[in-house]
Amino acid sequence: MKRRAFLIATVVLATACKGGGDGGGLPGQKGEGTATPQATGNLHLTGAGATFPYPLYSKWVSEYGKAHPDVKIDYQSIGSGGGIRQISERTVDFGASDAPMNEEQLGKAAGILHIPTCLGAVAVTYNLEGVGSGLKLTGEALSGIFLGTVTKWNDPKIASQNPDTKLPDKAISSVHRSDGSGTTKIFVDYLSAVSDPWKTGPGSGTSVSWPGGLGAKGNEGVAGQVKSSPLTIGYVELAYALQNGMSVASIQNKAGKFTAPSLESTTAAGAAVKMPDDLRVSIVNAEGDDAYPIAGFTYLLVYQEQKDARKGKALVDFIHWSLRDGQAHTKPLHYAPLPEAVSALADKKVLSIVGPDKKPLLATP
Amino acid sequence: MSAAPAPTEAPQGPPKPALTDHPSRHVGDRVFEGVLRAFGLVILALPALMLVELTITALPALSGFGFGFLTGTDWDPVRGEFGAFPFIYGTVVSSLLALLLAVPVSLGVAIFLADLAPRALQRPLGFLVELLAAIPSVVYGFWGIFVLVPWLRETVEPGLQAHLGFLPIFQGPPIGFGMLAAGVILAIMIVPTITSISREVLRAVPDIHREAAIGLGATRWDVIRHAVLPTARPGILGASILGLNRALGEAMAVTMVIGNRPQVASSLFEPGHTMASVIANEFAEADSDLYLGALAEIGLLLFVVALVMNLFARWLVGTVSKKAAGGAR
Repeated sequence: MKRRAFLIATVVLATACKGGGDGGGLPGQKGEGTATPQATGNLHLTGAGATFPYPLYSKWVSEYGKAHPDVKIDYQSIGSGGGIRQISERTVDFGASDAPMNEEQLGKAAGILHIPTCLGAVAVTYNLEGVGSGLKLTGEALSGIFLGTVTKWNDPKIASQNPDTKLPDKAISSVHRSDGSGTTKIFVDYLSAVSDPWKTGPGSGTSVSWPGGLGAKGNEGVAGQVKSSPLTIGYVELAYALQNGMSVASIQNKAGKFTAPSLESTTAAGAAVKMPDDLRVSIVNAEGDDAYPIAGFTYLLVYQEQKDARKGKALVDFIHWSLRDGQAHTKPLHYAPLPEAVSALADKKVLSIVGPDKKPLLATP
Repeated sequence: MSAAPAPTEAPQGPPKPALTDHPSRHVGDRVFEGVLRAFGLVILALPALMLVELTITALPALSGFGFGFLTGTDWDPVRGEFGAFPFIYGTVVSSLLALLLAVPVSLGVAIFLADLAPRALQRPLGFLVELLAAIPSVVYGFWGIFVLVPWLRETVEPGLQAHLGFLPIFQGPPIGFGMLAAGVILAIMIVPTITSISREVLRAVPDIHREAAIGLGATRWDVIRHAVLPTARPGILGASILGLNRALGEAMAVTMVIGNRPQVASSLFEPGHTMASVIANEFAEADSDLYLGALAEIGLLLFVVALVMNLFARWLVGTVSKKAAGGAR
C-alpha cells in the first residue's frame, strides 16, 4: 500500500517536472529569440512599500509594460515602514508609503521626493441590525467610541444626529487594525485632529496603543469581525468597503456636513487642501462642503538625484505616465484620482528629477 | 543500530585494518564524511546565526529597556515605550490552555486508535488525524472567526458564566474573541500532533505487556491503565511537549481570534496578545530602530522560551523514562 502510494507520487512528480520543464522551456526559447536584439535595452526597476495602493500599482506596471516592453518593474507590497526603510538604504529604485516620511526619517535619507499618486479614504463600518449605510457620526462621537467614553449605541452623541434611526441600548464593541497600517495612520490622524483627548492620549502612528476594543489583522480581519459580531464598529479602507458592499457611516466634516465616503468626496478632500512645497501633507478633516474628512494621499518615494541615468530616466517616465494616463485606472479599482492641481504639482516634482550629470532626466513636454 | 555491531566486530581480527587502510576507500570515505559533516554543521550554524542576527537587531531595545522590557506592560509605538509582559503572558496562558484541552482528547483518540478501534477503522481514522495537521493555520483562523467565535459568544461563554461565573477566569462580557478562543483553536491545531505521536508510542509498547496483563485476568481498562500507559508515559509526555511547541510559535490562527490587545487579564473572555502574533502584526510597519528592536527582542524571547521548554521536556522525558524503566524491570 505504502509502496504503491510512493510509486504514484513519483510518477506524478516526474510528469509534473516534465510538464514544467516543457512549459518553461518553450517560452524560454521563444523569449531568447525575441529578447536578444533588445538585450541592451532591458531595464529592471524595483520598488517596495505600501500595501494599500498595490492593486493600482500592479495595474500601472502591467499597462505601462504593454507600451514599454523593455522596462520591467517589480513592486513588492511589504508595508509603508518597509518601503521607507528600503528606499533609505537604496536597496530599491523607488519606495511607496501611505503617510509622508517624518523629519527623523527624512534626516536619514536626504534628497527624497514625495510624489502623490492617488488618494485613499477610510470608511467607518458597523454591524447594527436594521441600520444600513448612512449612520451619521460626528468626530466627537467617533473618537468617543474608540476612546471608550461613548459606550452605548443610543448614547446622546450618536442619537442626537440620527433622530430617525432606532438605536439599541446595547454596548458598542470597537474593532481596530492589529497590524501596523497606513489605514490606521489616516484614521488616528483624523481622531487626533478632532479630539484633544485622543491627541494627548493614543496619538497618531501606524500602530497606536488603543484604549480598548479588539484588534484584527488586515482589512479582511476587521471586516470579518464586524460582519460576524453584532453591535460592532470598525474601520476599513474605502476600496475594501466599496468592493464588499459594507454599511458605512457618514462622517461630519469641518464644514459641518455629514459626508458619505466615496471616490468623489475623497478627491474633494485632496482638492481642498493647500499643498506645501514638498507635497507632504495630511488632508484629514479637510475644508470644503463635500470633502470626506478621513482621507490621505499615498506617495511614491524617489531620490531627486538618480545615480543611474538609464534607470532614472525609465523611472521618471513611468511616474510621469502614471500621473497622467495612469490616473484613468484609479476609479475602476476604487482609488480616488488626484485632483488636477495636485497632479500638476506632482508632475513638476517628477520633472525636477535629475541624473548623475545634474540634468533633468525628462524634458518638459 | 548500525553503529552498535561495529565495535564488537572490530576487535575480532584482521578485517578492520584492511578496511580503513585501503587507499581508494580512504579518499571516498573522507569526502563523504566531509560533506556530511558540513551538513551537520549547517544545522548548528543556522540557529546560531539567527540568534546573532536577532540580537543585533534587538540591541536598541536591549540597551534601552534592560530587564524592564520583560516586566513592562505598556506597548505604545507612538511614544516609543515597549514592555513585553502582556505578550509573554498571552503566549504562556494560551499555550497552556491549549495543552490542557488537547492532551486528554489526544490521549483518548490515540488509545482508541492503538488498542480499541477495529482494524478497518484504524487506518482511515489515523489518516484523518494526520490530515488535520496539514490544514494551513490561516484556514483554522477563518474557521475560528466565522464558526468558533460566534459559537463561543452565543453558547459556550454565556453557559460558563451561568454555571461557573463566580470564577475570575469566566467573568466579563462574552465577546467570543479572546484568550479562550485562542486556547481552543490552538488545542484543535495541536491535537493531531499529540495524537499521532502518542499512537505510535502506544503501538510500540510490546504486546507481551498486554498479553501478560490479560493472562492475569485484567479487564481492558486495567490493561490500558496498568500495562500500556505506564510504559508509554515518557513518549506521551514528549508528544505533548511537541504540541506545546507548536502552540507557542503559532501566529496566524491565534492573531485572528485572540483580539490582539496587549493586556494582562484574569478572565479568559478578555482579549489578549501573544509574542508570535505581535511580531506577525507589527513587523512590516515598524518604522523606528527602537520599535524594530523591541519586536526583535520579542523574537529573541520566543527563541529562548522555546529552547527552555525543549530542554525542560528533554529532562522530564529523561527522568520519567528512567523511572519507568526501573519500575518495569
